[in-house]
Amino acid sequence: MWDSLSVMTIKQLFSSYPYAADFFSSLPNLEQSEESSVGAYFAAIEEDTLQDLGIGRQEFLEQFLSFMLQMEKLKEDKVKIESITIIGGKDKQGKAEDIELTIHAGEIVCIVGPTGSGKSRLLADIEWVAQQDTPTNRKILINGQLPDMRCRFSVEHKLVAQLSQNMNFIMDLSVEEFVSMHAESRMLENIEEVTSHIIAKANELAGEQFNPDTPVTSLSGGQSRALMIADTAYLSSSPIVLIDEIENAGIDRQNALRLLIDKQKIVLMATHDPILALMGDKRIVIKNGGISKVILTSEKERGNLILLTAIDRKMLAIREVLRSGGHIDEIPMALEEII
Amino acid sequence: MQLITVAGPPSAGKTSVMLKIIETLQEETLRVGVIKFDCLSTQDQILYQKKGIEAKIGLSGNLCPDHFFVSNVQDCLLWSQKNNLDMLITESAGLCNRCSPHIRDVMAVCVIDNLSGVNTPRKVGPMLKLADIVIITKGDIVSQAEREVFAFRVKQANPSAIIVHVNGITGQGAREVGQLFKGAQSVDSLTDYHLRFSMPAATCSYCLGQTRIGQNFQMGNVRKMDLS
Ligand SMILES: Nc1nc2c(ncn2[C@@H]2O[C@H](COP(=O)(O)OP(=O)(O)OP(=O)(O)O)[C@@H](O)[C@H]2O)c(=O)[nH]1
Ligand SMILES: [Zn+2]
Ligand SMILES: [Zn+2]
Repeated sequence: MWDSLSVMTIKQLFSSYPYAADFFSSLPNLEQSEESSVGAYFAAIEEDTLQDLGIGRQEFLEQFLSFMLQMEKLKEDKVKIESITIIGGKDKQGKAEDIELTIHAGEIVCIVGPTGSGKSRLLADIEWVAQQDTPTNRKILINGQLPDMRCRFSVEHKLVAQLSQNMNFIMDLSVEEFVSMHAESRMLENIEEVTSHIIAKANELAGEQFNPDTPVTSLSGGQSRALMIADTAYLSSSPIVLIDEIENAGIDRQNALRLLIDKQKIVLMATHDPILALMGDKRIVIKNGGISKVILTSEKERGNLILLTAIDRKMLAIREVLRSGGHIDEIPMALEEII
Repeated sequence: MQLITVAGPPSAGKTSVMLKIIETLQEETLRVGVIKFDCLSTQDQILYQKKGIEAKIGLSGNLCPDHFFVSNVQDCLLWSQKNNLDMLITESAGLCNRCSPHIRDVMAVCVIDNLSGVNTPRKVGPMLKLADIVIITKGDIVSQAEREVFAFRVKQANPSAIIVHVNGITGQGAREVGQLFKGAQSVDSLTDYHLRFSMPAATCSYCLGQTRIGQNFQMGNVRKMDLS
């Protein structure tokens, strides 16, 4: 690789491999050397500069090559994940789990059980692609097969993306800058297009609209959640999305989940909200550190979803009355009818 | 004796994460000890000892903690051999972003947190760039997008490292890193080992206790900024 790279000029390098610019961003004097070859550039770096960077010349070269190699790899197509299979191990008492559950791309599976029951261990087993080497002795298959174990430790093969209630944006950027930075890190080519698409989707999900130039840190709770979900749907490299609750305000929850499954994500949701739970195809019930059963959402339950959604909408309306300073001494008739 | 050097910016979560990792190793009946290097004071020793972890503190006072580290690490190794430990972890706060305690052929870990911002990986020197394992903490409070961008930038700064996410509070990811720690090289003596990168020459008059400001008081290794 060095043979072919070292004879290019810096300019050629940047036009063939735009991401290479990141490597040089913290290095001095590039303007004068754009016409010089990569090899000459490295040879000419002064000892003082290397001292400032905290690296030796040889290691620096190796780091450059390794950088180029890894970045090229990021562009490679990854194995598409169509399913994950959880093969049961044992619960905290050592009782066998007797289960083999396959979850397909585009499916929503809820995880229920009291705090401390072992929900996080199950998720950790999935993320680690456990091979009977965790306390639960579970085994995880990808596409029905033993996976490539490199996914355990590689940034680009990370299986699980996580969205939880206490996550916030901390970056001092506008929505547009923020999303395009994420797109850049995925080395996409149509960054502008993807960015505006994601912002439009997030706006569809959020109750109140926001602009591309709104700072991410000033988005409301619902807007933040909407943007996080739209961004994860389109830009996260992880095939599995783990959600712990979605608060019931400022975001269209049903459409948010739909967006994720439309993008063929596997959605795992830890929730005790009946509406979210019934939107799932299945529910995994955790007890005592183990999967005690898997419930398929029945037609009858689905039917109740309609009723629950109606109740939910009423509750929201009442909350709105409260928020705008009104009285709630009278419950609107329609709600009594429902009940 | 397995030896692991851990470094990271102040408050990155080093102690929290090490406590969680060591807990999982203790379950496997490994005897792990920690030596924490800091400048002024630290309560971390108590945190470790509460968990039944042998721990010592080295306070560097007015020396650069990493310089102080190198001068003491061999003795630390002897201390842990005397205490029949299976594994010694040294923890040091990388204060100047430029020094690093990492030693060739000794497992080197850098702990860095998501809250420090996506530009930080580019700014941190050899303690990140030359680490074998980079542990990223505090992923529980930032968005998925920020986590992904941050990890990507870490990968750019150190393309060959193993990059892992650990939550210092819940311990998520700690067990997995514990498994990696078990693969650390064994070291009997550090004599003839080398630092992965030389530390900057810090021998100006201020290193030696000078406090007065002005041309007349600057001696030794002095470098001037270019303000033209
Ligand atoms: N939310 C969150 N907080 C964390 C996490 N890891 C550590 N913290 C918190 O961050 C703070 C600093 O953690 P420490 O473990 O003391 O950090 P340190 O790197 O050892 O700090 P020094 O030794 O002082 O340099 C503590 O309040 C921890 O509770 C994490 O993954 N998530
Ligand atoms: Zn220093
Ligand atoms: Zn000095």
